[in-house]
Amino acid sequence: MAIKLMIDQQTIEVPEGTNVLDAAAAAGVKIPTLCHLPGVTSPGSCRVCLVEIEGARTLQPACVTPVTEGMKVHTLTKRVRMGRRMSVELLLANHPWDCNACVRNGTCELQALAKNLGITDVRFPYSRAEVPVDTSTPAVVRDMNKCILCRRCVAVCQNVQGVGSLSPRSRGFDTMIGAGAGENLCDAVCVQCGQCTAVCPVGALYEQDAIEDVWRALEDPKKHVVVQTAPAIRAALGECFGLEPGACVTGKMVSALRRLGFDKVFDTNFTADLTIIEEGHELLGRLKAALVDKTPVTLPMFTSCSPGWINFMEYFYPSLLPHLSSCKSPQQMFGALAKTYYAQKEGIDPASIVVVSVMPCTAKKFEAERGEMNDSGFKDVDYVLTTRELGRMIQEAGVDFLSLPDEEQDSPMGMSSGAADIFANTGGVMEAALRTVYEVVTGRELPTKKLHVQPIQGLEGVKEAALTFENCLPDWAFLNGVTAKVAVAHGLSNARKVCDLIVAGKADYHFIEVMCCPGGCIGGGGQPRMTTDSVRRARIQAVYKEDEGRPMRKSHVNPAITEIYKEFLGSPLGKKSHHLLHTHYQPRGQAPEPAKPAKKKASRKKAQA
Amino acid sequence: MAKDTCGCGERCVSPLYEELDAFIAARPRGRDALIPVLHKAQALFGYLPAEVQSHVARALDLPVSDVYGVVTFYHYFTMTPRGRHTVNVCLGTACYVRGAKKVVEALCAALKIDMGGTTADRRFSLTSQRCFGACGLAPVIMINGDVHGRVTSKKIAGLLARYT
Repeated sequence: MAIKLMIDQQTIEVPEGTNVLDAAAAAGVKIPTLCHLPGVTSPGSCRVCLVEIEGARTLQPACVTPVTEGMKVHTLTKRVRMGRRMSVELLLANHPWDCNACVRNGTCELQALAKNLGITDVRFPYSRAEVPVDTSTPAVVRDMNKCILCRRCVAVCQNVQGVGSLSPRSRGFDTMIGAGAGENLCDAVCVQCGQCTAVCPVGALYEQDAIEDVWRALEDPKKHVVVQTAPAIRAALGECFGLEPGACVTGKMVSALRRLGFDKVFDTNFTADLTIIEEGHELLGRLKAALVDKTPVTLPMFTSCSPGWINFMEYFYPSLLPHLSSCKSPQQMFGALAKTYYAQKEGIDPASIVVVSVMPCTAKKFEAERGEMNDSGFKDVDYVLTTRELGRMIQEAGVDFLSLPDEEQDSPMGMSSGAADIFANTGGVMEAALRTVYEVVTGRELPTKKLHVQPIQGLEGVKEAALTFENCLPDWAFLNGVTAKVAVAHGLSNARKVCDLIVAGKADYHFIEVMCCPGGCIGGGGQPRMTTDSVRRARIQAVYKEDEGRPMRKSHVNPAITEIYKEFLGSPLGKKSHHLLHTHYQPRGQAPEPAKPAKKKASRKKAQA
Repeated sequence: MAKDTCGCGERCVSPLYEELDAFIAARPRGRDALIPVLHKAQALFGYLPAEVQSHVARALDLPVSDVYGVVTFYHYFTMTPRGRHTVNVCLGTACYVRGAKKVVEALCAALKIDMGGTTADRRFSLTSQRCFGACGLAPVIMINGDVHGRVTSKKIAGLLARYT
């Protein structure tokens, strides 16, 4: 049913159940918000979106007030202006004023609000007890001194990811967002996905900064520094420089990396193609074992590219670990090969090679630190930067990103196919795998429009597709008439649904792609803020466009891949591959016990700003 | 499940976990059950140590951060073990003007603990409340269920000695 109401002299009609905030947006009136996270949470706690509604005694928060028939809303009265200012002033009274030395300087939503609402003076003194900054994990830093208790991170962690690492604790002035039941994030069940850092409006949650480490490596003449960039970076990096979401900046990104001083600009896409070859053969091997050899084998097989997803499995579904592909993620394959294959080929001492990754992801920082990720004899990947960190480095270097020419990656580890591009988004790894597996089995190209697998595209949480093999090549004759069932999940609460189906014995899939973050890596925890669904769609569209524009669209036709098998690896799943490109997983058990009884905090003392 | 996971060797023995599990089993899992279950757990164990919180989180399929958040939110829940006897001081207006603050100071000194604390031998816990509704006897303290009126610092040692 449509509801008719008035917003600032405008009469509009909106569907029943709409809130005043969305109704105002429909009328072209932008009401400022802070705690509101479209599509995820609207706790109504920050009181920034106040409006005056005729007949209501007090100002009302627009984000949680449903429209009613005949409602008269005023968004620009003195009372509204003063009310919003007061709300922000009260937040500022409890938030440090060191904006110039803050990681969010210039991208802080509180700072922007204070500016937009015309706040030049705060009537209340700054008052807050200091707590130590939590740097206990390799991925996420928590500075609870800057937290404004908006609870966006809690909503993302609990509802979107279904992890529940973060919750508010204590009450009143002592309220803070805690990790698990202890002091530090490292003691909590946290998959390090960094979605909390992607939604934090202020400088309370952010990635562990590797920028100085990378500068130091670049400034050391004895080091040979190579960089790899994840498929999802190029569809988002432009946003750090004011471009609209969906701008693809591959060429400028490569130029910028050269200007920063990297000795070689390679591409994680190269090892994404390699992943398809290894993982595809692993899947076909499991299918053969099940259908022909009748040996016990674990199906369905899960993809293993997403380190937040791996952490999730190790914590929550240790019994399903055999379902994971043993393939390392493309980032780690790259590191292992850079310090073996590339070092050999170019005659460089691997000890002097520094591998830097640029990832849309914070969990990749954690992955690079895993003890088993040193199969090259060295730490396979030395430093991981997020997309945001690379943006900051380019800014610091004074490179005018937008006017850079388009350049191409170096060979041999920079060459890739369109199948690697789509590793960036949900459904992409599966589509890339199907392009290769179908052709290996039948000798023919995947018979779908533009090589896309339409049912597994888009932002639906769990997607399914089925593909029947017919007229197979002699080696794969056992697959004749077999229908491969695949599923794709993104966001860990969706992954949980699929896992529960398997535990209950109700899943008849053969192969399942999981990406930890909603939308896949293009919506990763290390991407430019804010990632909404429309931003996700724009980035995904950019990725598919990049894929479709490529001369090579399938991983197995990449000549650099053929070459590495010929020169170095031998055959897929061979001895060398097994050593360098595959790994194993460890159950982590559930929540560590909470550390100790809560220490009584000294009550907050007033500190003058 | 039913074992002395707490390790305190005193109260957290298996029958308590069994009773708690039976209580949990009798109601639907999930968040709605959390507060009644925590009440039951505190009634059983006397307090809510970390192990009991983890146990409740697992049993109700909730993140432990959520359980901890609720335990720290409500004053009623405590994570420190309580003494055998609870000394509750009235800090209502009437008691306050009649010297409740001095009574608190004397109690803290005698027990060598802060307000809210428990003595090392777990004999006494010290708590306060806003009004007992016995203003005519101000200042009032309550030990376990017994009300003691017109308390002065000099009387305290004698009062405490009655509770062993």
